[in-house]
Amino acid sequence: MHHRGGPRPAVHAFKEGMGLETRTVVEPPAAQEAPRVPAIRMEGITKTFGSIKANVNVSLDIYSGEILSLLGENGSGKTTLMNMLSGIYFPDAGSIYVDGKPVTIKSPKDAIDLHIGMIHQHFKLVNVLTAAENIILGLKGNFVLDLKSVRKAVSDICDRYGFEIDPDKKVYDMSVSEKQTLEIVKVLYRGADYLILDEPTAVLTPQETQKLFGVMRNMKQDGKSIVIITHKLHEVMAISDRVAVLRKGEYVGSVATKDTDPQQLTDMMVGRAVSLNIDRPEPVNIRKCLEVKNLSVVDIEGVTKLDDVSFTAYGGEILGIAGVSGSGQKELLEVVAGLQPARPGSSVIFTDMDGKTSSLIGKTPMEIKKLGVHLAFVPEDRLGMGLVGNLDIADNMLIRTYTEGSGMFVDMKKPHQLAEEIVHDLEVVTPGISTPVRKLSGGNVQKVLVGREISGKPSLLMSAYAVRGLDINTSYTIYRLMNEQKQRGAAVIYVGEDLDVLLELCDRILVLCAGKVSGIVDGRNTTKEQVGLMMTHLGLPEEVKA
Amino acid sequence: MIHISKRVDFTLFKGRAAGLNRFVGWGVRLIAVLLSLVVSGLLIYAITRLNPLKVYGVMANGVFGTPRRTWAWLRDLALLLCISVGLAPAFKMRFWNIGAEGQVLVGGIATAACMIFLGSTSIPSVLLLVIMACAAMAAGAVWGVVPAVFKAKWNTNETLFTLMMNYIAIQLTLFFIPKWEHPKGSNTVGLINAVTNRGWITPIVSADAISKMDPNAWTTALVKNTVGQSYFINLLIVLVITVCMYFYLCRSKHGYEIAVVGQSENTARYAAMNVKKVIIRSMTLSGAICGLGGFLAVAGADHTISTATAGGRGFVAIIVAWLAKFNTFVMVLISAMLVFLEKGAVAIASEFSLSNDVSNIITGIILFFILGSEFFINYEIKFSKRSGKGA
Repeated sequence: MHHRGGPRPAVHAFKEGMGLETRTVVEPPAAQEAPRVPAIRMEGITKTFGSIKANVNVSLDIYSGEILSLLGENGSGKTTLMNMLSGIYFPDAGSIYVDGKPVTIKSPKDAIDLHIGMIHQHFKLVNVLTAAENIILGLKGNFVLDLKSVRKAVSDICDRYGFEIDPDKKVYDMSVSEKQTLEIVKVLYRGADYLILDEPTAVLTPQETQKLFGVMRNMKQDGKSIVIITHKLHEVMAISDRVAVLRKGEYVGSVATKDTDPQQLTDMMVGRAVSLNIDRPEPVNIRKCLEVKNLSVVDIEGVTKLDDVSFTAYGGEILGIAGVSGSGQKELLEVVAGLQPARPGSSVIFTDMDGKTSSLIGKTPMEIKKLGVHLAFVPEDRLGMGLVGNLDIADNMLIRTYTEGSGMFVDMKKPHQLAEEIVHDLEVVTPGISTPVRKLSGGNVQKVLVGREISGKPSLLMSAYAVRGLDINTSYTIYRLMNEQKQRGAAVIYVGEDLDVLLELCDRILVLCAGKVSGIVDGRNTTKEQVGLMMTHLGLPEEVKA
Repeated sequence: MIHISKRVDFTLFKGRAAGLNRFVGWGVRLIAVLLSLVVSGLLIYAITRLNPLKVYGVMANGVFGTPRRTWAWLRDLALLLCISVGLAPAFKMRFWNIGAEGQVLVGGIATAACMIFLGSTSIPSVLLLVIMACAAMAAGAVWGVVPAVFKAKWNTNETLFTLMMNYIAIQLTLFFIPKWEHPKGSNTVGLINAVTNRGWITPIVSADAISKMDPNAWTTALVKNTVGQSYFINLLIVLVITVCMYFYLCRSKHGYEIAVVGQSENTARYAAMNVKKVIIRSMTLSGAICGLGGFLAVAGADHTISTATAGGRGFVAIIVAWLAKFNTFVMVLISAMLVFLEKGAVAIASEFSLSNDVSNIITGIILFFILGSEFFINYEIKFSKRSGKGA
């Protein structure tokens, strides 16, 4: 590993350095004075989609030189509100003022003319172009492309705020964090003074997040205003000056970060007091459930995705899997589910709750189904793999069971009952069970998917990014369901990205680094930093080895 | 400002629209038809100075004026419906089968071949018809399954593939026409078995039997105009297929697989479905039913084969299938309307000695309105005054 040991000292130095600065600037200089003029004011904004009210009469002020966190549960209208600033949507009612002047933002171009730029959750980059080419894409320029001056401008921006970017690197060669950096540089190059970041940390490691925060603080010092959409409370506390909270499309209020704490923010966000602790019952009646040995996977392009991975998952415990995204998590779960072929010599032995042992390697999903193993899989791509968006809730229940029963017709009663049960037990918000799942919000989609998967009483429950994009309430419902399965005696494999959650929920954590097992640690006595290091550097750090 | 937002949701497997009262949907469609009649009426008046109501009257008379005309309408309806129903599994699977034209044609060739070569044997008539139908379905199935196999194995583009298969079918027809030419030199196949009527679909109750019935009894008239008609069998076969296909697509395990494969192959694999098998099986079925359409066209209507046997119905059926959102019962209504327009247009063209183009214009206007109404059914349009404006 050529970069072994690199980032760690840097991160520490960074934190110490930034810590001082944060203290000095965290209080907006004019916060206590008479009313400041907001740089951007949104007034009485309402936006509806069909019968769904995404924003109702929301008023929000953004001051220059501040970092504002926009906090809210999923579906509370954060992204919609910001999309109206960036010209993606147009409000049904309400007004927007920039520097006190009324403006109309009809397109992203209008937004950038007003110096408003948004970095979306899903990157909008062209893979086959270089960083510099992506930056100037869509901009007017001279007939002859002058990439040299673009490179110069880009490196100026990078020097100024502490970005690291290679203007000639193709996007498909970039890591997620590099792509995000590129998106930020792109809007800065276009002259944005107001930056909106939609859940920027969802895809980053703790170290990368720290780096991003450093850059954000630099931008703030330069007078830029930043709105960060997130629902990670510790990040809100760490980075922002002010927090504005939305709930169910309505504006709840805003508080200075220094005057609040995570509990108060949660209460504002949810509308009632919520406990923020994740349960971790002690494992009981441990039994071997899934034994993976020497598992290697090479994808169609010949890239090694998993390299000699061995581990055992036990019934009665939650095994977390951590790693930078794309480290082989997806392949690992898909091999077990029969969706991905493995290299010869790999072995996956599954032991059902009744003690029946079967080898899953080299089997198709249909063969695995015929073995009668109780295996549940909540894939990362909920609507692209786990569910069918255009089918209603009841029909989606059939995905696992449609072949049941004799004759050529599908039994419609059971899935109906199951759908009713799931909607009722997991409090799925839906007009009815004959609503297509595509129409449900992210959290409700996941409840339907997880509900269906655990309804089969699995011996092994595999989940990939089960709480990605979900609000606090739903996330805790999912943790509860995982714990219920664990206590039922099922082996639970939880692939996650939020290390705080992994460390609070899981009994053991397997850390993947570029397709190899970096180590398996105990969730009870490992720190976030240690896991973060293992994600980027193969092997256990000194202090964990003992 | 104008806002457009989607309002109808469609649940694919059971084929129901959710979120919108279905009566609203049908109301909008009815309004569209009425509007289109008004617009066509104005156009008719502007061009020909004819009373539009009279023109429509002629149109209706041209289709329903006599039992014979009505049965011609039902015959064409049955054929179009058959092909549309055949396309349903393919399109529901998002397999762009635009090769129905060719599948109908090879079905027709197989039927004609059986009529010609088995017509002089002593096979009982009913058995002969069954053999013909099976041969037609087999031929259509082959035409459907070839692109499906290539799609399943090598992921070829089925749109181009099925389209090309149409041309092969046309060339094949052109190859057989001189071989089966009758009378010699006409370069047409002519009526096959015109004397013996072997291999023709004939009425269940023959004209002889009807003539023996009491001519004044109302039952006689009923029998004469239903089971006494040869097209009655066409209609019956197609209606049975329509009902079966509805339950196959919306209630059966196969239908569920088709819906899932059409939406996402990843989900289908996740659900332990054999995607390749589903594609091949569904296209076999789709091709077979289109091939059966060829059988109905040749044995049940034309009693000959030409490159015009399919007559573009393979493409019109695509409109029917999509407008009906693969609900075979809705297809009945849509094909009934399209065939009515076609027949009515011909009637007004001949009655008022207008060119056929005028009738095509009317058909075009009506289709335009009906297709356009789908937009208003699927999307909600709101007008708001100066919303979101700065001041």
